[in-house]
Amino acid sequence: MSDNQKGIIRKVSGTGDMGRRIREMGLVKETPIQIQGRAPLKDPVAVKIRDYVLTLRNNEANSILVEVDVPEQD
Amino acid sequence: MKKKFTIALSGNPNAGKTTVFNAITGARQEIANYPGVTVEKKVGKVTHKGFKIEVVDLPGTYSLTAYSLEEIVARDFLINERPDLVVDIVDASNLDRNLYLAVQFRELGIPLVIALNMVDVAESRGIIVDHKQLSELLDVPVIPMVARSNTGIRELLDKVVEVAGGGDEEWRPAAISYGMDIDRSLDEIEEIIRKSTIFDPKYPSGWRALKCLEGDKQIVDLLKRYPAAGEQIDTICRRIFKHIMDTLEDEPEGIIADHRYGFIAGITKKAVKRKIESRINVSDKIDKVLTNRAIGPLIMLAILYAIYEFTFWASEVPVRWFEAFFKGLGWVISSVLPEGYLQSLIVSGIIDGVGGVLGFVPLIMFMFFAIAFMEDSGYMARVAYMLDRVLRWFGLHGNSVMALIISGGISGGCAVPGVMAARTLRDPKERIATILVVPFMNCGAKLPIYAVLIAAFFSAHKARMLFILTILSWAFALFAAKIIRSTVLKGPKTPFVMELPPYRMPTLRGLLIHTWERTWQYIKKAGTIILGISIILWLMMTFPEISPEQVKSFEANRKVITKAFLASPDVKGMLKHEKALTDLNELIESYDKALKEKDMTSIRELEKKPLFPLVRAADFLEKGDFAKHKIPVSHLNAAARYINYKSDMIETDMSEQQARLKGTVAGWIGQKLETVTKPLGFDYRTNIALVGGFAAKDQHT
Repeated sequence: MSDNQKGIIRKVSGTGDMGRRIREMGLVKETPIQIQGRAPLKDPVAVKIRDYVLTLRNNEANSILVEVDVPEQD
Repeated sequence: MKKKFTIALSGNPNAGKTTVFNAITGARQEIANYPGVTVEKKVGKVTHKGFKIEVVDLPGTYSLTAYSLEEIVARDFLINERPDLVVDIVDASNLDRNLYLAVQFRELGIPLVIALNMVDVAESRGIIVDHKQLSELLDVPVIPMVARSNTGIRELLDKVVEVAGGGDEEWRPAAISYGMDIDRSLDEIEEIIRKSTIFDPKYPSGWRALKCLEGDKQIVDLLKRYPAAGEQIDTICRRIFKHIMDTLEDEPEGIIADHRYGFIAGITKKAVKRKIESRINVSDKIDKVLTNRAIGPLIMLAILYAIYEFTFWASEVPVRWFEAFFKGLGWVISSVLPEGYLQSLIVSGIIDGVGGVLGFVPLIMFMFFAIAFMEDSGYMARVAYMLDRVLRWFGLHGNSVMALIISGGISGGCAVPGVMAARTLRDPKERIATILVVPFMNCGAKLPIYAVLIAAFFSAHKARMLFILTILSWAFALFAAKIIRSTVLKGPKTPFVMELPPYRMPTLRGLLIHTWERTWQYIKKAGTIILGISIILWLMMTFPEISPEQVKSFEANRKVITKAFLASPDVKGMLKHEKALTDLNELIESYDKALKEKDMTSIRELEKKPLFPLVRAADFLEKGDFAKHKIPVSHLNAAARYINYKSDMIETDMSEQQARLKGTVAGWIGQKLETVTKPLGFDYRTNIALVGGFAAKDQHT
């Protein structure tokens, strides 16, 4: 995903501590997400989710499947 | 009715928990550690409507799993100490994630009051929370508040008293559905627990069942101690795990989290109204600049450098006061106590040692103030975010940056609070590696030594040199970490899933409290360990003493010099005996003092003294001052002799001091080290200073 791109989380496949941590921070299925930016060395990545900004490393972000550019629905 | 009770303050980091705690308890707080761990436990007291309330500040957590030390501590406290009530501070502008913890409190069933904080911030972002609706849906009292401006604190306390004072101590877990499969297994496990020896009225059985399914380490370990029931439960867990994996391609734990958030979504859908976001999010705008990939790191360096300049500039005057104070104290004690070991121990040992460290308290205070500002404003999290990739390369974690900065990554910190800050690191290996390299940083106890070295070699660029030394410390610390992490503490890296809290203007009160807490830790160290070390160092630098014969030989030497001086033909006419010499010494001393103080009356007075022409001649020779007065050659000759005599005397004094120091234990160590440090140009005296500094430093951690 590129900067400012939006999407919706479809699947979180992380397990163990990392999976738990990702989930308790609110990265669960069907949550809208937006890329906020990346650190100077392109890693970690900052995302906007549930009204706040969360950072995670690229390899951690790999366990999150996002469907990008879903048309907004109400 | 209970008249006295305990409440626990809980909440996500950055939800304003500290602000609420300070607003409730004011200055009446005690800081201790939770037993066995380095997690701080803050306890405050307040009396409200005649009720005595003890307020325990739990560490900020996102969850009640056994993920981090903080979470375990918080959980154990709730279960073992059974506070009468939990106040969960919830950030209204970030309601979804904050309610995740609240939901877990509901699962546990502990009496709960939700403090809906920062409703003003939420409203400014177009988020309107209907607190009555929220209270109804969650089945707990909800008090809207703005802790920063003290709004709602009274209402919160009223509610706390109403709920906890009611005397109802029953825990009432909420029934939340996690989907049919899991719900059914939960009932099964609960049934087993209730009938078995595991049952413990302290733990709600349903909650324990839930934790079993979540694979919670602490609870699963507990099960292993009860083989019979443990195995039964284990079978159920395995079965449901396989079933969920097959049908939903996920672990039960993931499904449970999904359902919690689903439950929350159901609540917020009804209780939260969103206006279309009209205002631009200021925090995001700031981040576009401060964490910009290109200029972000440059701004970070600039900010760190500015903190140096600020600290040195602001602390210069108060540091001088402190130094003057300790100097004065030493002087007073010297004049009160008779000369001897006791005086030497107190003045050269304790006051010079402890005072040398305490003298830097203002500097350290300003440094901690700057650090507190970085933390409270939210910038520290950005520093961790920007540096995580770099630190990871060295086997550390983005969050190690806090510990490193506090212990002297910005010069003048203290390793004690630095080690405390390292506790937020979850992985023991990363934590230990961080703690091990923390002493490489430029902490306040090293500063006196650096200050001396810098003043001696690079007096023109003090701040810049210190900056360079700091960069060097970082380099050493990081490479040491790399070595440690790739040898003795090998291990995987832990996740960096972290919140970047919105930028906030810190409150002065919060800053002052943070600054003081850490400064106090520094002072305590100075008062205890550094005091002990000062005494040991004093002993090492005093004993064994030189022999009386040596003292005598120096004394004899002085006499020979004095005699030769008084006997020389140039002096003979002017200074007839030793008394005249003493007078001259005194005259010079008082004249210098008067000149320094620009005390014109004393100067005029002294100039009338019969020996004054000699003073003027010596002055002329030393300073090359072409005075308006004519100076006779005979005076000049005598003055020249006098200057020579003085320098001979000083030389004798110095060689006596050196002989004294060389003979002591410290002198012996310093000389042994000389072979190693010679290439660096350090002689044994520098070595003694350095060894002393390291001793202070090592104990410091």
